[in-house]
Order: sequence, then C-alpha cells, then structure tokens
Amino acid sequence: MTESYRRVAYYPGCALEGTGHAYDRSTRAVGKALGLELVELDNWNCCGAMEVKNVDPKLQTYLSARNLAIAEKMGFSTVMAPCNGCYHNLKKAEYDLANDPGSTAVNERLSAKAGHAAYRSGKVATIHALDWIKQTIGEEGLKVRVKNSLAGLRIANYYGCMYTRPRHIFPEKDKGTGSESTAKPHFMDDLLAAAGAECVEYPLKTACCGGAHTLSDSDTSTKLVLNLLTTAEACGAEVIATECPTCHTGLEMHQVRAEKVLGKKTSVKILYFTQLLGMALGLSRRRVGVQENLSDASALLTARRLG
Amino acid sequence: MPIHEKSLIRKEDLVTHERLTLEGVDVSGDWSTFIQPRVLTNYNERMEQEIAALPGGEGIHRCWQCGSCTNSCTVNAINPDFNPRYWIYLIRLGMESELLRDKDIVWQCVSCNKCTYACPRDVNPEGVMKATAHWLELKGYTKPSPAAEFDAEFSEQVFATGRIEEGRVLRNFFTRTGQKLNQPWLVALVQGLVRRLPLGYLLRLGQAAVLRPRARRWSGARAGIEEYVRERRAADRRALALAPEETEP
Repeated sequence: MTESYRRVAYYPGCALEGTGHAYDRSTRAVGKALGLELVELDNWNCCGAMEVKNVDPKLQTYLSARNLAIAEKMGFSTVMAPCNGCYHNLKKAEYDLANDPGSTAVNERLSAKAGHAAYRSGKVATIHALDWIKQTIGEEGLKVRVKNSLAGLRIANYYGCMYTRPRHIFPEKDKGTGSESTAKPHFMDDLLAAAGAECVEYPLKTACCGGAHTLSDSDTSTKLVLNLLTTAEACGAEVIATECPTCHTGLEMHQVRAEKVLGKKTSVKILYFTQLLGMALGLSRRRVGVQENLSDASALLTARRLG
Repeated sequence: MPIHEKSLIRKEDLVTHERLTLEGVDVSGDWSTFIQPRVLTNYNERMEQEIAALPGGEGIHRCWQCGSCTNSCTVNAINPDFNPRYWIYLIRLGMESELLRDKDIVWQCVSCNKCTYACPRDVNPEGVMKATAHWLELKGYTKPSPAAEFDAEFSEQVFATGRIEEGRVLRNFFTRTGQKLNQPWLVALVQGLVRRLPLGYLLRLGQAAVLRPRARRWSGARAGIEEYVRERRAADRRALALAPEETEP
C-alpha cells in the first residue's frame, strides 16, 4: 500500500468537465467511498491533448509543465490524472524536461513570460486513476469493501494507446511483478476481477480507437471502433470497461455511427471502470453517472441488480 | 512466404508475356511476370533535411528501414497504401514525385504511437508522419487536411484561454470544414443524450457553451505562446526556403 497516494492533487482536464463528466463524477465518488482524498489543481489549463503537439511538441510540454508547477506550489508530490491524454502529456513533459534541453529552454522562457516558477523534472510524480486505486487499496482491499459483486459480468478491459505508448515515458512500467505492463496492461483487469467481474481475454486492449481523428477522419475511426466492439463481443464480453474519456466517447459515438452509416449494430455496453467499481462498492447508478453515458447500460445493470 | 508490402508493386509497372519461351523453358503467363526497370532522375536532395527541420521530423536520419513501423501501424492495417517505412525511404532518397502519389493520405496517421513503441532506432515515426503532412501542406502540395483544421481550431482555443470547450471545438471545426451539423448519426447521438440526461446537467453544458471555461491569469502565457508560435512558423518557412508569411493586418 502506498500511503502517499491517499491524498493527491487531482487533474481532471477539459474532457472530464464536458463529454467525460461521468468519469469525473465516478472517480470522485469512488475516491470518497474508498477514503481517498483528491484536491483539484487550482487554475489548471488544458494539456494540449493530441492537437497542440502537432503545432510544436515543446508547447505541449509547457502546458503540462504549468500544471505540474501548480501541483508543486500546492505542496503535492503526486498528481493523479484519470484521462489518458492528460496522463500521457504530463508523463511526456516529465520525460522531455529531464532529457531534452530544448524543451527545458522553451518551458523556462514561457514560464517566465507567464509569470510563474518554471517546473523542473523530478518534483511531481504523475499517476493514472488505475495506479491510484491499485497502489492504495489494491485487490485485497477492494475485495473486503465490495458490497455488490460484479459476479457474472463479462468485461473486456480496454486501455487504448496513451496509457502505455511510447514505452520510454513510463519508466515505472515493465518492471516485473506488481508493475504495469505496456504490452499487456492488467491493472484494470486486476481491479475489476477483485470486484467480482469475469474479465475476458481481449486481444485488442491496447489497440487504437482512432480518437485523435474521431471527427476529422470519422470513417477511419468508425472502422477501428467497430473492430474493437465486434472483437469484444466475439470474446464474450457484455461490457467494455474504459479508462480514458476520449476512448470512451469514441467508442460510444462510433457505435452509433457504425449502426447509422454502415448498418452494423453491436450491443456491447461501454462503461468507465470507475462506474463499475463504484457500483461494486454499493454506489447508485446515478451517483456514478451512468445516465450521462451515451451507451445505455440500464437494462443490463437492472438484470444484474447493479447500482 | 507472403510478399510483404505487396501494395508497393503497381499494376502498370508489371509486364507479363502470354507466350514466352526462354532458353527452351516455357514461361508463358504468370511465370514470366516481372517489374519493368525504370530510371529516376528528378531527386529532391533537400527533402530529408526540410522534413527533419519541422517539429517531429528530427529523428528521420536514424531509420534503418526495418519496417517495424509499417508492421505495427494501425492505419496500414486498414489501408495498405499507408506505409510509413516506405515514405521514410522515399524522403531519405529524395524521391519526391513518388511520395506525392500518396500525398492525400499522410495526414491520416492517428498518433497511436505503435510505431514509436516498436521503432528500434528512436526515429519517432509518428512525429515524422506529422512533419511530412506539414511539409506537404507548406509546400502547397495539399490543402490543410481536416485534421490540420481540427488541430488549428483546438490549439487556437488553448492558446487564447488556456482551456477548451468541446462544443465550441466541434461547432467551429464543422464550420471550418464546411460540414453540416445535422448529420443523421450526430442527431441520433444528441437525441439519445437529451432523452436520458437530467435537466441540471443539460443546463451545465449550456452554461459552459456561453461562459467559456478559461484559465485565470493567462494573459502572460498567451502572449508568450503566441510569440513562440510566430517564431516557429517563421523558422519552418525558412527551413523550406519559402518566402516569409504575410503578416495579418
């Protein structure tokens, strides 16, 4: 158990205030139910997502460095980001500031113009919501807290791209037993299995949903998402568990689009892993924001007496 | 063994003799298929250097053509013509006219980073794809792609306010690219949302659209970023030996 993660700085990011609001809601609710404290970063800014790096990666580094500087100023040594994009960009900034003098120079220059202290690498560790729950509560801790087991619910765990790639920005991964794997991540599988779920073998757990071009190249995204959905169904899953708002919204949107444009209907439901964990911990559906999902899982949840 | 990257063999380059006997051996039909030899003379010797000068392209010189990028590529799996290894090969040899045959699909890289994960030489092929798409656009070979329009809309909002509002990004992107908002699948999405969402949440979404979320004390960062972006754009144009951009009034 990692005590230092019991009270961490929280970086929700833009998506969690918009389309991914259910992820924000369920993350906070699960934290509260588990006795973990989140303190939102004061006056945070957008991380630049997948777009600003295409103007110049060094600008993305600055945007994330500003958020890390805020966490440091607030006295935190750990910042937790549930969004894969935010998490990835904070990790990337940490890596670039430690290894690329050019990025450091741009960060110092822009921080000076913006009127705040420039962030230096090594001061604040970035973790994902999965690390946060896995390292503080863990499987054994979850098992004793489960009030409403997910027993019998067949789940495909989908991690997407930004949680594991590229490998070099995640130095704590691939360190053997107990650490996360970049080739075959398992933290979400571990947590949901501890909550009683039956996690199916899902070969596409780190495949791409086309999220970066979800609107600019919708046909490609629909093809990629349809492949994720039909494969999950072929693997026997009733639910795809997600841990990224871009993936989650992409899966939901393109499930509808595949039906409307390609005439391909799939019925697998899409839920955030925090929504599933929350219901296992006895929280109501409303409390974890199931009504905010585009993918309507209510019939399935009622049949399984969840939430 | 299957022929790897078979998509690179173009039908118009193949010659097959229906009836042919060579040194007494009958090689009629498919047995005599071969690729016509060709001579290339119009190399662009500056192409690698120019793409390497754009953000993301810096590592292109390290490529040793192992093909891990193409082998792992998400887009290649649905369109074999999307071939990062081949494009890097063409760029490094300066075979501009060959690269231009694929100019309209380079922007489709989805940034999944599978190539960057697999690359043994730290080329950052994902960045090279972005730099190449950028190069094609700067040279005037392609119009700004839908992805470039999306990046521009998104980045402008971030630079101006430190934050984005998703509804605004979507609406402005559709306007910029001349698409209608009443596409059947989008309408179905919104109808589904409105049917199930509580009124309070809908009001909150509406409020975010009117009162744009913004970071406080952002003006210094904004000025710094905008100045940096201007310098960057000027440097990119210099690297490609293009005339400086007209400054907007």
